[in-house]
Amino acid sequence: MALKTDAIGKSWPAHEYEVGREKIREYAQATGMDDPVYLDREAAREAGFRDVVAPPMFCVVYCAGAMAPVLFDPEVGMNFAAMVHGGQEFEWGVPVCSGDLITTSATCREIYEKTGKGFYVFESVSTNQEGEQVVRAVWTNIVRGV
Amino acid sequence: MAESGSAKRGTELKQGEQIEELRVTPDKYLPHRYAGASGDFNPIHIDPEFARSVGLPGSILHGLYVMALVSKASIDAAGGDPRSLRRLSVQFRGMSVPEQEIVVSGEVVEADGERAEVDLVAAQGENRVIRNARAELDTGAPD
Repeated sequence: MALKTDAIGKSWPAHEYEVGREKIREYAQATGMDDPVYLDREAAREAGFRDVVAPPMFCVVYCAGAMAPVLFDPEVGMNFAAMVHGGQEFEWGVPVCSGDLITTSATCREIYEKTGKGFYVFESVSTNQEGEQVVRAVWTNIVRGV
Repeated sequence: MAESGSAKRGTELKQGEQIEELRVTPDKYLPHRYAGASGDFNPIHIDPEFARSVGLPGSILHGLYVMALVSKASIDAAGGDPRSLRRLSVQFRGMSVPEQEIVVSGEVVEADGERAEVDLVAAQGENRVIRNARAELDTGAPD
């Protein structure tokens, strides 16, 4: 069966996320990131951040709202029952701190078939309120039996 | 590229060196806390009955949670400053479960004093759930 590839090149509307101190704390505690720069404003300022800083992997939190419509887009048409998260890449720019407003835009980079599996590759770029890039991400989902 | 104000930069990493292992045993309710923190409430992570109905042994850990552990091991290897982690790529291969120890290990494959590349693996016993992980670290001294 031919893989549906219509969504290659498609972009989705930008998503905004406002970063809060307690959300950073919740994420840091759930993932065992115990450095005080994630939890305490004074410690963060002493280390040169303007406020409590988000652990780098907090990007999954502010990207989630941009990625959900991508994954559920009927034009992409992924079969969730047979899907696994195959790979992930993040490249970080300037740090994200409490109070930042992050805007994330996603595009479909590739859809291709290899050894009976469908590979769906999406890219997202997130910037802060100053227009500085905070993370670029490549999300790879694999669907078995396409 | 090091930013000022950091006292933790400048960790010396040498090519071929093993980084310090990170060992974590997530408790039974960790997937619930991670679901709340991340917003990923896929029932395979928080509902053992549902997980078993789709052929899993029970609730499984979120892959991105395990990737967060890989990020921590990488940051710790560079001295603890989150700004040192420039890039991290992973492949998810297999599932991991709560209440079993996860070991993140890694080897420095390139280092020139300013930057280091580290290859990492996250495993539960023999089950290497994250493979071919590669972290790029900024290890330059602060300006």
